Amino acid sequence: MKNKLKVLRAERDWTQAQLAEALEVSRQTINAIEKGKFDPSLPLAFKAARLFKLSIEEIFQDEA
Amino acid sequence: MTDNNNENTSKPTSWQKKNKSNTAKMGFWTAAWVLSMALANFGQRFIWDFNLTLTVLAVLLNLALGLKMVFANIHHLKGLDEMQQRIQLNAMGITLGLSLVVGLTYSNLDVLNLISYHAEISHLVIFMGLTYIVATFIGQSKYR
Repeated sequence: MKNKLKVLRAERDWTQAQLAEALEVSRQTINAIEKGKFDPSLPLAFKAARLFKLSIEEIFQDEA
Repeated sequence: MTDNNNENTSKPTSWQKKNKSNTAKMGFWTAAWVLSMALANFGQRFIWDFNLTLTVLAVLLNLALGLKMVFANIHHLKGLDEMQQRIQLNAMGITLGLSLVVGLTYSNLDVLNLISYHAEISHLVIFMGLTYIVATFIGQSKYR
């Protein structure tokens, strides 16, 4: 699954650690999601969507 | 973070603090359990001269602290984020599977007299610990 987390984070000038704090996950998890190595659960995806004030589809895209 | 996201940073490190606290509690109860294990094993010989009541109390204390450690571990695992939980779950699965298979094979070696020493439970505990450490390390590397 592709995502725009890194771009959205960069636009706001946030570090991975700051985003991790806001989403209540570890910095390693943010790094893994940004690199596409880990797909977040639906609750975490909703949390990210609320944080960025976007829809889930605007952040995460299915690669299929 | 920028000003328009202050609402997201009102509790910036609460999750991490809680995690550290959970880890520290687990470490404390694990240390207490290990110490009580040593007390139960060596106390009757070196401290209370084979007093049965004190020996039973030491074993019960060890059991109680062991249970406390298990609950502290559960609390710690529940406090991890979803990726960390997945890493831990995989590591536990690998550890359980390998311990069962390797442990029984090791026991068979002893029963069939293919090894010159006894297969001790402590060997299995060491194997489980090392397997869990390696499996956790591999899991973390996978998502790095």
